[in-house]
Amino acid sequence: MKAARQETTITTEERLQEPANLSVREWKNKIFKGIFTAAAGFSLLMLIVLILRIFTQGIGYLDWNLITSFASRNPSDAGILAAFVGTIWLMAVTAPISFILGVGTAIYLEEYANKNRFTSLIQTNISNLAGVPSVVFGLLGLTLFVRELAMGRSIIAGALTMSLLILPIIVVASQEAIRSVPTNLKEASYAMGATNWQTIYRVVLPAALPGILTGNILALSRAIGETAPLIMIGALTYIAFLPENLLSQFTVMPIQIFNWTSRPQEEFHLVAAAGIIVLLAMLLLMNSIAVWIRNKFQRRF
Amino acid sequence: MLASKDNNTQAEEVYEPNTARPADSVYKVDQLNLWYGQDQALKNIELEIPEQQVTAIIGPSGCGKSTFIKTLNRLTEMIPSVKTTGGIYYRNQDIFDKKYKVELLRTKVGMVFQNPNPFPKSIYENIVYGPKIHGIKDKKVLDEIVESSLKGAALWDEVKDDLKKNAFGLSGGQQQRLCIARCLAVEPDVLLMDEPTSALDPISTLKIEELVQDLKKNYSIIIVTHNMQQAGRISDNTAFFLNGEVVEYDRTDKIFSSPDDKRTEDYISGRFG
Ligand SMILES: Nc1ncnc2c1ncn2[C@@H]1O[C@H](COP(=O)(O)OP(=O)(O)O)[C@@H](O)[C@H]1O
Ligand SMILES: [Mg+2]
Repeated sequence: MKAARQETTITTEERLQEPANLSVREWKNKIFKGIFTAAAGFSLLMLIVLILRIFTQGIGYLDWNLITSFASRNPSDAGILAAFVGTIWLMAVTAPISFILGVGTAIYLEEYANKNRFTSLIQTNISNLAGVPSVVFGLLGLTLFVRELAMGRSIIAGALTMSLLILPIIVVASQEAIRSVPTNLKEASYAMGATNWQTIYRVVLPAALPGILTGNILALSRAIGETAPLIMIGALTYIAFLPENLLSQFTVMPIQIFNWTSRPQEEFHLVAAAGIIVLLAMLLLMNSIAVWIRNKFQRRF
Repeated sequence: MLASKDNNTQAEEVYEPNTARPADSVYKVDQLNLWYGQDQALKNIELEIPEQQVTAIIGPSGCGKSTFIKTLNRLTEMIPSVKTTGGIYYRNQDIFDKKYKVELLRTKVGMVFQNPNPFPKSIYENIVYGPKIHGIKDKKVLDEIVESSLKGAALWDEVKDDLKKNAFGLSGGQQQRLCIARCLAVEPDVLLMDEPTSALDPISTLKIEELVQDLKKNYSIIIVTHNMQQAGRISDNTAFFLNGEVVEYDRTDKIFSSPDDKRTEDYISGRFG
């Protein structure tokens, strides 16, 4: 090649010549672009249809009464007060339990545990747990918390079950956040004589906190929509009182919504749609908070 | 090799060693071997590092300079696959002894890294990090430490009005001097520096070199450098590393004028590396 080039001078025409298969490559590029655009468009379309349908159905029942009234036999009086408060109770108890257990596990695995068979076993199991159907967690909650520990169908039993359910997500998200803290910051701390815990508390956690919080909020927003495990542990579907303490019986929004949609009267379906709007608004709020945290504490290193 | 330095009077004029008292050694390294998993990175290292002098470690990339300097404060322990044999004695204490506290060692032996690594905090918070972890809470004492450390690292005049500003706003050279100041705040005995100027521009490099000259009055300094002129300019002793071994260790003027080993000569004259 080299020798040949030195002998013959290259003409301008040759320089401008297209590679042989350029037009084929351009075609392929267009086709794949089309496929991916269509896929993205389809999901977006479905989402719009879903939201439109729910809004057209539910908007008529979406008023202050919906949130301030208990469930009722009469659709026009029915509200989600008990379920709304129940969901907030459940989240308020689940959040600290799952945060402490999940972040604690992540810290242990990333910063303390030696990398050996035992820890890799724990690691694999945590990843696998994330794939276990939520009904199975409900069954565990029923046998362990409701019966064995005699907590009954209470908020605390529900919250512990929910915590187990979202624990794997929180552990994995927190581990990722902790792992992404640059080693050179940790080295700087250790090199000044800091202990493991001082380094974790003063360097690792502050840097990882945005990621950890985001993961926790997203996990909680999954828990908000879960129904199956709570049905398993026997959360009630009709309640005309507000929970008073951790041992109170309770219901949550998705259960209430499910209950209404399974009734024969058309009006209840509309109330359910209104309930879904409230649930979606809560989810949206939580996800926005997560995004806000992520942007506000954008990596500064 | 080093034992002969006391009667090398001609060099003493040029290199201005601390003649006030005879040089004790801060470190004695005895038959040190280190493996990353199966790969041996340090082989039979034997060195004595004198106090209040600048000891340079030179050698081509990958020859084990960083690994060696990180064994001196046991930072290599952060890597799980590392295995070490042999002994390192810091002021006659065996640093690998089970009863010897690694936190104490690292309080006495500060380290400056190749890339400036300030914490994502204010300049002030960066400096007081060390004192705080060692239990100093008094605001007045901390303020004094901040001022004296920044002065010690020749940074005070540039930042004294911006102490509350984030350290990431500083230039690379300023950040590196901040990292030096952060070490000084713990009042160490030894400073380990791993290619502290390799990420910096020539002017910042010069400032750090001057600073090193200044610091050796109070500290024993071990500096890894890729830059031979730098080793020649600032160090009293030089160890030449090659493939995990110490090929030659002697007074810097001797290494640079008449090295004993052919490989040292080749490296210094730029024939490889
Ligand atoms: N964390 C590590 N894991 C495995 N091998 C490493 C690690 N760090 C360094 N090494 C190896 O050890 C040898 C020495 O590396 P290093 O001490 O960084 O050299 P230098 O600082 O002289 O460039 C190299 O062969 C390098 O590949
Ligand atoms: Mg290196």
